[in-house]
Amino acid sequence: MATATDQKIVDSLARCGVGFLTSVPCKQLAGVIELADKSDQFMHVPCNKEDEGMGLCAGAYMGGRQSCIIMQNTALGVVVNTLATLIQFYHIPLPMLISYRGEIGEKVACQVEMALHTKAILDQLHIPTYHFSDSRDVQRLDGILTHAQMSRKPIAVLTDATFWRSAQ
Amino acid sequence: MIRYELLKSILPIIRDHLVVCNIGAPSQELYALDDQETNFYMLGTMGLCSSIGFGLALAQEKTVIAIDGDGSVLTNLATLSTIGNHQADNFILLIVDNGSYGSTGDQPTYTSGRTSLAKVAAACGCENTASVPAENVGEVLREAIAMRRQSVIIAECQSGNVDVPVIDLDPVNIIERFKTQIQDI
Repeated sequence: MATATDQKIVDSLARCGVGFLTSVPCKQLAGVIELADKSDQFMHVPCNKEDEGMGLCAGAYMGGRQSCIIMQNTALGVVVNTLATLIQFYHIPLPMLISYRGEIGEKVACQVEMALHTKAILDQLHIPTYHFSDSRDVQRLDGILTHAQMSRKPIAVLTDATFWRSAQ
Repeated sequence: MIRYELLKSILPIIRDHLVVCNIGAPSQELYALDDQETNFYMLGTMGLCSSIGFGLALAQEKTVIAIDGDGSVLTNLATLSTIGNHQADNFILLIVDNGSYGSTGDQPTYTSGRTSLAKVAAACGCENTASVPAENVGEVLREAIAMRRQSVIIAECQSGNVDVPVIDLDPVNIIERFKTQIQDI
């Protein structure tokens, strides 16, 4: 069941001109994905793996649609080459809306292993990273999405368990 | 017929359309044969040619021809299920199947063994999938464009490359001129 915070995220994506979305399933981002899928503001094409999704986004961007990928932080282990040799090399703007599993409140120990590497990978790739840990952080999303377009860079929005718990 | 000869034979057909071309030898050979601003050359990221081409076809209406290879498609096989489950009438996936990893020294891929990409694509839901001898690809390609029909064409080629230089274009130049052409053609 989508929450008001999910709606605010989807409204922000639409307001900032995002027209193409790809996603892999995620419990925390399920409400956002559900709303985006129902909305006629977006073309939503679910992908099988995040590097494939970034390929779809790159193509959609060339075709004139601002793109966004919805994914989990574990996928950063999959997409390093794609971020470096496609998204960054060709100066393609790409907001990544990421559920930050493995932080405080996590119930699955294995998720902590990739959480340990999440910010280090993003930092190593020089990707601007914004950590949302309170539902009020969603107010920053418009500015972040605009910044990705302006700078033609991938950017990461990490939404942790505390953010989703405070979401209404 | 090797890939270079296949590309040469379809130049008059693809020249006027948006082409997304696979990393390595395919892009280098196409660039050497007939550089067009409507060509998007992949300089890295093995496996994503089909996905980039499909995203482009979904986002706008002009015909897109993605020239991928058997080795690269095997890297990102699941994207065939994405393609098979979404409709873009302007999308043609041309897989040059020469049964080898051409850019790394012609090591065999599994399509030279028991794997059939035509069967995989069809099982993924891709309609209009056909395996075609390289000599007949031009005709099939021309028809797919004219009929405006989402298609997967698997071109049966011989293994082998031609000695051509590395692409010396800047990636930002490649993408910017390509985006401009999308608006203009």
